[in-house]
Amino acid sequence: MTDSAMTPPKQPMAALPGGEVTEGPMLAADGTPLKASLKRALRREKLRALLLISPLLIFILVAFVAPIADMLFRSVENQIVSETLPRTVAALEADEALPEEAPGEEVFHALYTDLVIAEEYKVHTRLGSRLNYEMTGLSSLFRGTGRDVGRFDTDIYTDQFVEAEPALEDPVNWSNWMSEEEIRDALPLTADAWDAWTTLTVEANEDDPLEEDVADFVYTALYRDLANGAAPANFPDVDVSSFETVSIRALFEDSDEDWLDPEVWQVIQTYSPAYTDGYFLNSVDMMNGPGGDAQWRPDDEQIYLKLFWRTMWMSMAITFSCILLGYPIAYLLSTLPLRSANVLMILVLLPFWTSLLVRTSAWKVLLQQQGVINDTLVWIGIVSDANRLALINNATGTIIAMTHILLPFMILPLYSVMKTIPPSYVRAAKSMGANDWTAFWRVWFPLSIPGIGAGSILAFILSIGYYITPEIVGGTEGVFISNRIAYHISSSLNWGLAAALGSILLALVLVLYWLYDRIVGIDNVKLGG
Amino acid sequence: MAALPPYASTGQKIWHYAYRAICAAIFFFLIAPILVIIPLSFNAENFFTFTPEMLRLDPEGYSLKHYRDFFGNPDWQVPLWNSLKIAPVATFLSVALGTLAAIGLSQPHVPFRRAIMATLISPMIVPLIISAAGMYFFYSRIGLQGTYWGVVLAHAALGIPFVIITVTATLVGFDRSLTRAAANLGAGPVRTFFKVQMPLILPGVVSGGLFAFITSFDEVVVVLFVGSAGQKTLPWQMFTGLREQISPTILAAATVLISISVVLLVTLEVLRRRSERLRGMSPG
Amino acid sequence: MKITRLLTATTALVATATIAGAESHVEMADEMTIVSWGGAYQESQLKAYVEPYLEQNPGVTVTWDESSAEAVAKLRAQNEAGNVTWDLVDATAADAMRLCDEGLAMEVDHDEILAAAPDGTPASEDFGEEMLVSDCFIPQIAYSYTFGYRNDVAEWNGNEPDDICDVFDLENFPGTRSLEKRPHNNLEWALICDGVAYEDVYDVLETEEGQDRAFAKLDTIKDDTIWWSSGADTPQLLADGEVVFGSTYNGRLFSLIVEQDQPVNMMWDTQSYDLDGWIIPEGLDEAQLARVQDFLYFATDTQRLADQAKYISYGPARKSSAPLVGEHAELGIDMAPHMPTNPDNAQNAFVQNYEWWADYRDDLDSKFQAWLAQ
Repeated sequence: MTDSAMTPPKQPMAALPGGEVTEGPMLAADGTPLKASLKRALRREKLRALLLISPLLIFILVAFVAPIADMLFRSVENQIVSETLPRTVAALEADEALPEEAPGEEVFHALYTDLVIAEEYKVHTRLGSRLNYEMTGLSSLFRGTGRDVGRFDTDIYTDQFVEAEPALEDPVNWSNWMSEEEIRDALPLTADAWDAWTTLTVEANEDDPLEEDVADFVYTALYRDLANGAAPANFPDVDVSSFETVSIRALFEDSDEDWLDPEVWQVIQTYSPAYTDGYFLNSVDMMNGPGGDAQWRPDDEQIYLKLFWRTMWMSMAITFSCILLGYPIAYLLSTLPLRSANVLMILVLLPFWTSLLVRTSAWKVLLQQQGVINDTLVWIGIVSDANRLALINNATGTIIAMTHILLPFMILPLYSVMKTIPPSYVRAAKSMGANDWTAFWRVWFPLSIPGIGAGSILAFILSIGYYITPEIVGGTEGVFISNRIAYHISSSLNWGLAAALGSILLALVLVLYWLYDRIVGIDNVKLGG
Repeated sequence: MAALPPYASTGQKIWHYAYRAICAAIFFFLIAPILVIIPLSFNAENFFTFTPEMLRLDPEGYSLKHYRDFFGNPDWQVPLWNSLKIAPVATFLSVALGTLAAIGLSQPHVPFRRAIMATLISPMIVPLIISAAGMYFFYSRIGLQGTYWGVVLAHAALGIPFVIITVTATLVGFDRSLTRAAANLGAGPVRTFFKVQMPLILPGVVSGGLFAFITSFDEVVVVLFVGSAGQKTLPWQMFTGLREQISPTILAAATVLISISVVLLVTLEVLRRRSERLRGMSPG
Repeated sequence: MKITRLLTATTALVATATIAGAESHVEMADEMTIVSWGGAYQESQLKAYVEPYLEQNPGVTVTWDESSAEAVAKLRAQNEAGNVTWDLVDATAADAMRLCDEGLAMEVDHDEILAAAPDGTPASEDFGEEMLVSDCFIPQIAYSYTFGYRNDVAEWNGNEPDDICDVFDLENFPGTRSLEKRPHNNLEWALICDGVAYEDVYDVLETEEGQDRAFAKLDTIKDDTIWWSSGADTPQLLADGEVVFGSTYNGRLFSLIVEQDQPVNMMWDTQSYDLDGWIIPEGLDEAQLARVQDFLYFATDTQRLADQAKYISYGPARKSSAPLVGEHAELGIDMAPHMPTNPDNAQNAFVQNYEWWADYRDDLDSKFQAWLAQ
């Protein structure tokens, strides 16, 4: 409609003020220059159009576009590491042991505090699952140590402190000390641990910290502060130099020796920023290697490129079979008299209107080894009973069922293009001596190519995003990237990876969509005539 | 191709009939799955296979029990009602907003027309799993996940492209001088819309509405994610059935759905002819 | 006078007590969304305790959601949104542990919320430690993964498989198999057939080499296997003759063999035990919780669990229910021989280590999926 004529101005142009012909801009009846007046009218028209469109546009933006944008954002989000292990992440920055060996006591102390807290909030297993996407084995590591960490032998500090200064057992005293700025400044680790413990007691356990036993990790923090030489005023003076000590690093090693594996720590370090490219790398079978350089995943973990490739070639195969089957039908429909064409058109539209699930389950019935097609073939004698064709639970099944489902999307645009080809062209070719084939191939076919283009892109776009049909008839070899996305959303719970795979798929579709718009124009999508 | 001329050579004759045969085979391919479903839904057994009794056309092999199950069992009736509660409201939303926007889009001067059009059609193009996943997370966040309105909004969004496409298609043939004539005769824009524009684009609106309705009525991926048990629709129940407890009741449900499709399809065809007659485009 | 005053005082006291009692007594919600697995299993729950419960409480409505397979994902999303719409979720032991670990399921005191056995044995003892694998888990049944096979396969020359390793024997038992699209059980069975003793399975599986060994064994039948993801698949595939040999839950096979009378037999060798039960999602409001607890108290008592076994061949989780297991509700056959726990069937049973799987699930899931896609 953009190319249709502009509406004429509302006022006749001749009505110039004073009736005299003046030099300069033409004026409208009210004296404003005609150009401005026209512009204003145009603006008003634009505004009215936008007003009509805006409710829907806002609706689509909120109900459809925003959710997708929100999901895509998940593909880079990675706050979980720094939120679950804030102290560890901070301590790791200062540590210089990596990448040669596992970090020192400082970092393990931070990890101890973080993990005790995370365990209370029950978030450590989720972190383990998250990190397991990057390095297999981390999930069990976090789970196992999460169970142990509450029972670490750090209670020797608690016991020694309480023995040296009984006042240190009373949470009320603690609360008083910890409200004094000076003490807090002198004992930074302790203050931090105390704050974490009190919040945790209130939030996670719904208890009153003033009535609970102060946790071991607070005493452990206190020991480290005092051992570092802190000597705050107004705080019990305990000499810790004679204390029996325990290496937290060794405790972690006892729990699981993988904690001393520098690779584990590199993964934690690499994924400590709040945003990551890890999910996107994973979706193309790569990963952040040691030192943060992208590298290929091991061979036996490379699946996504293959899946993308499979999705592409199967969609192409489906599109091609749609052309092969759709072209003759569209040709027939466009050459038949309109009335019979309309009747036959119902045969095309009926499957189009039938529930997707219904059609897919029908294909299940038809294609299975003991199904209708195989039974018929065996009955005719084309295949022997022992060698029934495997038509389902593989790529063949997906291609057959999807060709059926997408065929109407090919036939309809083909038909609408073919209907516009004047039959006289072919007659003219024939009258000039072309035989049937030449007339078709040299005249008709080239004119129908836009229809093929429109149908192909549409079928291809719809095909690469399919989920239900491959899921039901595809087995393991006939599934698409969409099935993988669904798997990551509902089974493996790797939502970040699902979002990254989804973003790539979406980008692919949008490029094709853009192409379609350029070549065919979205306005020209037709639905059933 | 329409008819074989009397002077056709043998080769042409062979090709003519061969071509007809090929087309018949393809039509058969299109219809076969639907044809298979219907007899199987009368299966007396509980599996998806043709039993020997059925093949012998023995009445013993057939029964109406799956239809009785479909119409008598709340496992199917509740989803059917849910579908009937969701689809019309979603359709109404799509049609109301979609028609307005289609009229807006058909105005001669619309800024960013291409981009807006692309955005409005996108629910049809974006893979369903992506829309479903996005809505799942986002609607969860704003408290719409698992609610009736969540499903209705999601389905309305999915139905909108169909309304836009069909209504803009009818507006393409719309003679703008009619509205100007109405304005000239003193009708306000609202009156013009209802008296002049609406009757002419009505077939497009209704067929868009039918598409939107069937989209919602058939949709399974999005409702699986966005809905919760309280909004279990018929396709959802069928999907669960296919995965959890295979019973030909699904096929009975399918046959019922096919019948509904046929009715809608016929309605659509009648409307289309009416529309073309009204607009004087073709004899139909 | 004195007496009157005393009386008034007592009445007042009683009155306050009653009011206090009424106040602490929470209103129970009259709607409940129960999440389960669908199919024959959900049917057994419906018949054995949901319908009887609804009869006793006519004002209550129950909505079923067949989403147990995605319980963890959906609960996570609901929890993230702070909008939990489920009231009671049926989950496997491993899922229950995971939900409990993530704080998505409510920890319960079994003795406090569940009925004691008829003889007064507290619930925790009646269920026993081997059933109460997690603080959030309220067990219902013990089931097992077993194999069913077609008994009319011509190529087998009249032989019938009776050993788990026949699954891997394509020479004597050719034909397509169906196995679950998860590492669970498959890896264990593969290792056992690769010569690993039952008790060493998880130690071996913990090592990289052990995992490779299991996958290598599965490789030998990979091309002849259809991977199932829902309980209905194997019975349907067996009934259609699509596969000749397939693993699934023993109750599904029972229904296929006994109720549907299909030409399929059960192979109990190396059946793999698993548990299934309820969890209460964390974050229910008081009224919902009160209703759920009221229902659970009823639905997990000795008689109800025994009743469930009338409809499906899963072993009740309470010791006290075992003697009450009787006959099939419709067919009238004795259910005991079809229970996985029946001594004849249990001879060579393998006990899945849920705790181990809770730890290694992520690791092996990703490996298994990658292996499948290769």
